[in-house]
Amino acid sequence: MSGVRVLVGTRKGAFILTADGKRAQWKVSGPHFPGWEMYHVKGSPADPNRVYASQSSGWFGQVIQRSCDGGKTWETPGGGLTTTPGGMPAGESNKFVYDTSPGTGKPLTTHQWYDGTQHPWEFKRVWHLEPSLTDPDTVYAGVEDAALFRSSDGGKTWQELAGLRGHGTGPKWQPGAGGMCLHTIVLDPSRPGRIHVAISAAGAFRSDDGGTTWKPTNRGLRSQYIPDPTAEVGHCVHRIAMHAPRPNVLFMQKHWDVMRSDDAGDTWREVSGNLPTDFGFVIDVHAHEPETVYVVPIKSDSEHFPLDGQLRVYRSRTGGDEWEALTQGLPQRDCYVNVLRDAMAVDALEPGGVYFGTTGGQVYASADSGDSWAPIVRDLPAVLSVEVQTLR
Amino acid sequence: MIRVALPPHLRTLARVKGEVTLDVPGRVTRAAVLDALEAGYPMLRGTIREHGTQQRRPFLRFFACQRDLTHESADAPLPEAVTSGAEPLLVVGAIAGG
Repeated sequence: MSGVRVLVGTRKGAFILTADGKRAQWKVSGPHFPGWEMYHVKGSPADPNRVYASQSSGWFGQVIQRSCDGGKTWETPGGGLTTTPGGMPAGESNKFVYDTSPGTGKPLTTHQWYDGTQHPWEFKRVWHLEPSLTDPDTVYAGVEDAALFRSSDGGKTWQELAGLRGHGTGPKWQPGAGGMCLHTIVLDPSRPGRIHVAISAAGAFRSDDGGTTWKPTNRGLRSQYIPDPTAEVGHCVHRIAMHAPRPNVLFMQKHWDVMRSDDAGDTWREVSGNLPTDFGFVIDVHAHEPETVYVVPIKSDSEHFPLDGQLRVYRSRTGGDEWEALTQGLPQRDCYVNVLRDAMAVDALEPGGVYFGTTGGQVYASADSGDSWAPIVRDLPAVLSVEVQTLR
Repeated sequence: MIRVALPPHLRTLARVKGEVTLDVPGRVTRAAVLDALEAGYPMLRGTIREHGTQQRRPFLRFFACQRDLTHESADAPLPEAVTSGAEPLLVVGAIAGG
């Protein structure tokens, strides 16, 4: 019997929503970690029972949680009463320390601050966890201030892939209004060493050697809010999505503009087409239809809510340029929520399911590729992230 | 034994109820108490003091015996009432408005 498990991170805890393949009746589990900000919860493609969660707090900092039973129980990896032969705690699952060693690239100590001065890199939180496609114990973490970390022991210890910060453009990166965060990690299933990341407000970057060396992949982006609109870095990329069987095609929701690349990010072209506004945060691709793309247009960078109080998902079946509004089951008046960058996901069932969460605490689901929608839950804390596991 | 009262979120994280009691060898300073706390409850490492710098996280305070010890040296002796176990060392999250 197939089914889905929707992993929801919110401002005040995590929730797990489960249903069978019909996706009509839902069970809600949670809150897990009540009171904590859960930036991201994501399962391993290699072992659906392995789930990682980023738990953070302005008071107590970052904690990494891990489940080995699909979210029923959780542990802080290495956080138990186990010690190394030297007597130290065996794991340091919440220890994210920037690499300053001379042997692994060119570690940096500062980046550009809001006022143009150089500012030290300071770890704040994990925005995004991306489990390996093949190994349940390997997981990547995108953090603020922007850097990429990897754990190969199930989240017990973390090492920075310092070549990203050190490849050359790092001193030019600067925070957006939400901080300088590495929020998107996309792994290429056809080329195990290829990793795409996106940073606000620096742009997109790609490694072809497992994260050792990196290059900016922002050619074709145009951003009016930076001095040189076509600069190599400085673009506020909000989200990148890939259709896994066709990994050279990428879709991007930028601060403004919806973009497409047909060459794994080497070049981009705008595909905003007839969207009523091309500002937004989320973007995703249908699991079975590589040219079917979803966005949720948001009015503007200063008004983070839908146009005219109408919550509308826009779908393109042509890989961009031509978009249709999907409204059935979504509020079409007095709706002023936002949909944050990690808060949309698709399942792999037939017909394809699409899910998104709002800052108003609703999680909407469509079991027919977006034609119609219904809320799974209506009154959660503000939703930060939505991920889906298709269970078979 | 030294008594430490943690804020609710850290009690949940450490999977303890009520106060934590610790055996602290040598001089009973705040640093020594936190060292003992983190050794017994490794999941708390980084949540009270920053990894690496060992600096207090900004929104946490340390109280004992009706005194705010937050800005006293981490290596200063704690009050006798804490050392004797008569009073707990309180780890307190700063009040959040709104």
